[in-house]
Amino acid sequence: MADVELHNIVKTYNKGKVKAVNDVSFSVNEGELFGLIGADGAGKTSIFRILTTLLLPDSGNASVSGFDVIKDYKNIRSSVGYMPGKFSLYQDLSVEENLNFFASVFNTSVKENYDLIKDIYVQIEPFKDRRAGKLSGGMKQKLALCCALIHRPKVLFLDEPTTGVDTVSRKEFWEMLKRLKQQGITILVSTPYMDEATLCERIALIQNGKILSIDTPDEIVKQFPENLFAVKANDMSKLLNDLRKNNEIKTCNAFGEFHHITFQNDNENSHNELIHILQKANHQNIELKHITPSIEDCFIKLMN
Amino acid sequence: MTNETVIKTDKLTKRFGDFIATNEITFEVYAGEIFGFLGANGAGKTTAMKMLCGLSTPSSGNATIAGFDIYKQTEEIKKNIGYMSQKFSLYEDLTVLENIQFFGGIYGLTDKQLKAKSNQLIETLGMQNEAKKLVASLPLGWKQKLAFSVAILHEPKIVFLDEPTGGVDPIVRRQFWDLIYSAADRGITIFVTTHYMDEAEYCNRVSMMVDGVIKALDTPDNLKKQFSASSMDDVFFELARGAKRKAD
Repeated sequence: MADVELHNIVKTYNKGKVKAVNDVSFSVNEGELFGLIGADGAGKTSIFRILTTLLLPDSGNASVSGFDVIKDYKNIRSSVGYMPGKFSLYQDLSVEENLNFFASVFNTSVKENYDLIKDIYVQIEPFKDRRAGKLSGGMKQKLALCCALIHRPKVLFLDEPTTGVDTVSRKEFWEMLKRLKQQGITILVSTPYMDEATLCERIALIQNGKILSIDTPDEIVKQFPENLFAVKANDMSKLLNDLRKNNEIKTCNAFGEFHHITFQNDNENSHNELIHILQKANHQNIELKHITPSIEDCFIKLMN
Repeated sequence: MTNETVIKTDKLTKRFGDFIATNEITFEVYAGEIFGFLGANGAGKTTAMKMLCGLSTPSSGNATIAGFDIYKQTEEIKKNIGYMSQKFSLYEDLTVLENIQFFGGIYGLTDKQLKAKSNQLIETLGMQNEAKKLVASLPLGWKQKLAFSVAILHEPKIVFLDEPTGGVDPIVRRQFWDLIYSAADRGITIFVTTHYMDEAEYCNRVSMMVDGVIKALDTPDNLKKQFSASSMDDVFFELARGAKRKAD
């Protein structure tokens, strides 16, 4: 059964001039960890705000746990957890006061649902008397997650929880999400980091308000239409320029240690020919290998 | 890249009460180098960068930036560097052209220089149709590219980039690095922080800060060898997971 459903949702700003969400439809199954992957301005936050009943769509319909986002907004507000991208707790209240406040707003107590937040809360407990405004970024993030969970929501909305967070903390955060999923909570999470996509069960790639693709990360990678190659040599900057000038190369993107390329005519001849051309252009320690695309490769492909 | 040193620090330290945010960091950066300044949240990167930009006085230690002393010549430092952060980009209520003229004016460019620079910059960025539009109306990727170009409008010796590609799409992220490469080719030193580990690979050398200390500093290849790691992500993980501090 679907816990979150969107049908042809449209949201515009500036009297229709800006199409933030452009005919978006997808559904998130009960207990699923679903990722909305896209850059800033893709429409992710607008979608979250529509689903949490903070924003009205121009057209289309959507529901959360079977409740309509317009008609049943009160039911949605009392049953979902929402962690906005911008830190939105009370800066002047302490860690403990924030948590108690959110528990009481939802007619529950910290004690009642402590098992759900325990793993996360113990990490910020030493600072429970500190004002939320004085916490570091990582601790704010953990407190916000605790507050979003304190009423044991069925569906959890996390808008860019890992933006600006270093890779170690990001890994820890995703471990927390996996544990929450095991508790049966449906999670819709957004991120601009393509490498986090593979940690979701299904993902929607989104750009300029439009969904580019929805599937499991494995399936999206399988749908990459060409053979992808990674190439490196000693001078990577020159290599990038030379590859871009080469007519036999269809696409070429820098990917860290390697450049990823596809060929116009993909066969063994063209591979050997490329190595030959690069050798003639004085490139040294040339390495060319066939690789499996990453989600970022797929995203770039779909954007073009 | 040359052997001319443009940043030189010697046991540079910043204390806030009992807390040592940046603890005796010593390193050099060369002209035209792309230097990646990495570290976990709370490692002390921002504090170090503020000192290097002449915005914060060190508690102890020495440093020269573009040949100027970090204690006595902070105004000279500011004139010879560019700075761009993810948060502050440009004035949203001014047009593209107005922003270029405003920042150029601040950096002391003459009217004649400004006119030439503005035209050149708008052409390079392909923003002819946007020149008279408010910056607020531009997509984030364009804003970031414009902000970078404005930060190096006065051809500084060094440009400091604090997470310049956070949140931008994968194509813009690569276009942004094209701009970085071409600035470095012109001899501008790039001092950059990022949370994208693939971008660490684009740097000539990378330093890794943990708990206020520079734990490692080398080329990406050598760092991977040193830590027997297959990627910079693994190097970072290896170093940062032992961190005691968790802050911003």
